[in-house]
Amino acid sequence: MNSHHPIVQLILANIRGYLREPEAIFWTYGFPLLMVVGLGIAFDTSKPNPVLVDVVQGPGSGRIIEALSGNDFFRIHPESEADAMQRLRRNRTQIVAKLDSRGVCEYYFDPSNPDARTARAALDDALQKAWGRQDPLSVNDRRQTVPGARYVDFLVPGLIGMNLMGGGMWGVGFMLVDMRIKKLLKRMLGTPMKRPQLLLATIGTRAVFFIPEMFVLLLTAHWIFGVPVQGSIVDIVIIALIGSLSFAGLGLLAASRAQRIESITGILNLTMFPMWLCSGIFFSADRFPAAMQPFVQALPLTQLINALRAVILEGVALPSQTLPILVLTAWGGVSFLLALKLFRWN
Amino acid sequence: MGTIIFCERLTKRYGSGDKAVDAVNGLDLAVETGECFGLLGPNGAGKTTTVEILEGLLNPTTGRVELFGVAWGRGRDDEIRQRMGMTLQDSRFHEKLSCLEILTLFRSFYRDGLQPEDALNLVSLGEKAKAWVRNLSGGQRQRLAVAVALVGDPDLIFLDEPTTGLDPQARRQFWDVIGDLKSRGRTILLTTHYMDEAELLCDRVAVVDHGRIIAQDSPRNLISRFAGENIVEFSVNSNGSNGIPVASDFADLDEVSQCQTDSEGFSMTASQVHIAIPALLERVSERGWRLNRLTTRHANLEDVFVTLTGRHLRDE
Repeated sequence: MNSHHPIVQLILANIRGYLREPEAIFWTYGFPLLMVVGLGIAFDTSKPNPVLVDVVQGPGSGRIIEALSGNDFFRIHPESEADAMQRLRRNRTQIVAKLDSRGVCEYYFDPSNPDARTARAALDDALQKAWGRQDPLSVNDRRQTVPGARYVDFLVPGLIGMNLMGGGMWGVGFMLVDMRIKKLLKRMLGTPMKRPQLLLATIGTRAVFFIPEMFVLLLTAHWIFGVPVQGSIVDIVIIALIGSLSFAGLGLLAASRAQRIESITGILNLTMFPMWLCSGIFFSADRFPAAMQPFVQALPLTQLINALRAVILEGVALPSQTLPILVLTAWGGVSFLLALKLFRWN
Repeated sequence: MGTIIFCERLTKRYGSGDKAVDAVNGLDLAVETGECFGLLGPNGAGKTTTVEILEGLLNPTTGRVELFGVAWGRGRDDEIRQRMGMTLQDSRFHEKLSCLEILTLFRSFYRDGLQPEDALNLVSLGEKAKAWVRNLSGGQRQRLAVAVALVGDPDLIFLDEPTTGLDPQARRQFWDVIGDLKSRGRTILLTTHYMDEAELLCDRVAVVDHGRIIAQDSPRNLISRFAGENIVEFSVNSNGSNGIPVASDFADLDEVSQCQTDSEGFSMTASQVHIAIPALLERVSERGWRLNRLTTRHANLEDVFVTLTGRHLRDE
């Protein structure tokens, strides 16, 4: 294909137009980077979070404080009973301990909150030991926070998937609707340009942009947080490319009829919403009930993120990811063919 | 020589039932090689719909269209498109691409054509080759659109309302570009609602109203046939005792073919002004009226339209 081929020229025009939009560049690169850095810091697991305990001041409070001091697993606040209860209601503390005059300790906490249940168990354990409990089994705790199993490691492939989805759908959808509004599509229809050439070029543009979109995130996460890249780079690139093309196809379909920026914005948000929610960007998609799993697993983003996690974090080889690749190809292929049929040029 | 654009009994209906609108309503047209042909009519007359059907961008409801003797949709569309160029009424190019980049892009769609730089020079935009579209003035954008229409070196060029919204200087520059194309023997079909433009540029003009052609000839012939050679505009005062003057008071004067009331008085069509005016003065003094205002001018295509439809071109 020489440099004067219509597809090459259309892709060049798209790339030039895009690189000259500073806002678009920020939303594609800056925003996901901020997200990975922000979330990486917020969910930093190198030190466990302390348990927040309020101790009601009274006759026995000194003993509780003494029992817990020197243990940096607890952060202790002596408070009056009213203040402590208010702090509990406002979620400023996880548990309130009150030792009454009869020597009974009362714990106030919300059992529906997993953090509070953990706090209760840890606090009770520490106090029972301080009061003289002897454990029949001796144990040793060995903390393991190896790279690859932390939250930030889990997060990065999810964000890459989300970024490729956003790039594909916004990139393709917006560009085409903008061209339709400007009547540029109609103008091109008046030339000997073949219709599929424009649609292929739009998708081809994504085949160029997915590379920086993916690597900027992956490399930054690797350098700042030591997120490991276990699998082969080639496998990662292949999966990201297939994912990217699949979402470009969906973007094309979304843009095939929309006449206004407002309508394409609505259509894209509606399409992406279930995937933001269910596809396992921020927490595992396996957490959804079994009845929902067929739907969740059929979403292209779920499959893209599954495959990226498997290759990046577990280092599995590409052939084991045939199912995700097939699902992504089916979404992309069917969307493209439908878009060819439905596409409105005028 | 030969017929480049041919269409017959063309109709285009939008909607159905009671709400159906016939944008084009039985239109016949034949444009010959090397001709600059104008479709003149008010906004909403069906000019753009007609042109877009001819360009193959819209399907007609009924009727036959052939360009270069080939009908659309018979597997030879590419052959037609390779030989034609167009500007649409209001298409815009990417704001952040340069003129040269846009021309290079459109050039890639054609088998043969001009160098992008040469196309820019044709419309005197050579200096703006590297400028982004968003930094061009309205007139420069319009000329860029023409350069894009020319980059495939077409035999046939469609220009839809090419000067609407341009200032007088930009319009004159644009006319120079069209004059240049005519001298190169290109066939041009342009739509406009500016009568001066049609009169100046077009070899033949079709007056379009309500989706059909109501008259078609060279501007000169149309004017002499429908508007006479000259227009005499005047207004008359009466003191009330001598009756109020009406148009029929002047329609029978020598050399006057017709007289109409217009917004400021009367408008009279005369073939020989030097006979009609003394007759008018005599009639006015005979009746004891007083002449308030008197101007004469050559008739133009606007007068043709008024004569044919009773409306002004830019009423709508």
